[in-house]
Amino acid sequence: MIDFFRKLFGQSGSSSTAKERLRLVLMTDHLELAPDMVEAMKRDLVDVISRYVEVDREKIDVTFEQQDKALAMLANIPILAVNRSSNGHATAPVVAAAPVVAAAPADIDPDAPAGETLGAETSGSETPVVAETPNAETPVAETPVDAQTPDASVADPKRRRRRRKRKMAGAPQSPEAAPAP
Amino acid sequence: MHVLNETAEAPATDGAPKLGRAIVVTSGKGGVGKTTTTANLGTALAQRGARVVLVDADVGLRNLDIVLGLESRVQHHVLDVIEERATLDDALVADKRSPSLFLLAAAQSREKEDVDIDKMRDLVRALRERFEYVLIDCPAGIETGFKNAVAGAEEAIVVCTPEVSAVRDVDRVVGLLGNRFRPQLIVNRIRPHLVRKGKMLSVEDVNAILRLPLLGVIADEPEIIVSTNRGEPVALRTDLPTAAAYRAIAARVAGEDVPAPMPQQKESLLSRVGAWFGGRRP
Repeated sequence: MIDFFRKLFGQSGSSSTAKERLRLVLMTDHLELAPDMVEAMKRDLVDVISRYVEVDREKIDVTFEQQDKALAMLANIPILAVNRSSNGHATAPVVAAAPVVAAAPADIDPDAPAGETLGAETSGSETPVVAETPNAETPVAETPVDAQTPDASVADPKRRRRRRKRKMAGAPQSPEAAPAP
Repeated sequence: MHVLNETAEAPATDGAPKLGRAIVVTSGKGGVGKTTTTANLGTALAQRGARVVLVDADVGLRNLDIVLGLESRVQHHVLDVIEERATLDDALVADKRSPSLFLLAAAQSREKEDVDIDKMRDLVRALRERFEYVLIDCPAGIETGFKNAVAGAEEAIVVCTPEVSAVRDVDRVVGLLGNRFRPQLIVNRIRPHLVRKGKMLSVEDVNAILRLPLLGVIADEPEIIVSTNRGEPVALRTDLPTAAAYRAIAARVAGEDVPAPMPQQKESLLSRVGAWFGGRRP
């Protein structure tokens, strides 16, 4: 009934479409027009990730693309080695470069399926990991390094990865590497 | 970052002329009503008794003279003055309807690249010594013409219509202007009944994105077309809400604490019922 009246009085107008399009186009514009900002963000992102893994700074690729109603940031960060401890020393270098895909859609769906790509598990680029800094050594140290590489290389760099909560006790790794306790 | 340069020039010595305000009227996108806004705001400021000069910076596409109805009296233009073929007094056209309003027309047969930006800046400076308000009608675009128009200004008024393209362009222009010009917003051509029906971006929608101080809102008024046809700015009229809106904007520009004008639409019974069912307000 109410819907009928809303329709009658033109509530399904085009101004909301205009608003939505404007919001997205301006986000894209602002990113394009602020290359310095994007560079700085890239640098910061890498600095944080580098605390956990050794990455190939030369080959980092950050792009933005429109996904549904959100602008997504896609970061492809090749990992050169995984640090064994949290103090920044790469004690167990893995030579094979594993691309880490980190996509951060502006609207995060809390119900999203967990861990679509392994990038999430290996990278440490995931926001929750950063928050966990004091405990970071636990998941990294317990992770068999070589178990990560094959899966990671399979990961489609353009594939959207959803955030998910990680348990402090031991971050869920890929199922075969570290079965859930 | 440019602020220091600007404030440093304020003359502290006695006897130095108090400089007027140079305000550029810009938008990025063409056809949103920059020239109409400049003509009406200038007229409304002059009607308040202020000494006002309107500078048409749209070299090659002169139009402000037409909107003001002064086209037949233009003898010299901006470039004549800059290139010293005419004095400022030769080139200034007095608007007889508003005794303290003058026009400095653009050159029609020249190009924007012909303007020396430093000389443009000097010209605006010279005008600021003689007028309380120097309103500069900026051409569309963000290239040479825009840069020349902005060069001598120290404040900006941005004109935006409730369209995606216009808002995007204003956003870009505001980004280019930076903080130095303290841009203020006029939303032009609002149609309250379309906003109410959800078929047009509202002023709030526009400014949720631009986030600028709102000088005022001008309705899409058929009389503005008529007035442009005749070369008589609506701000001269006493019977139109739109004229009152321009006067209110002028008062706000002059620093008076009056509310920003908002066009009202007479509420029909039907629209009230519509509003009751979740309709919007302009």
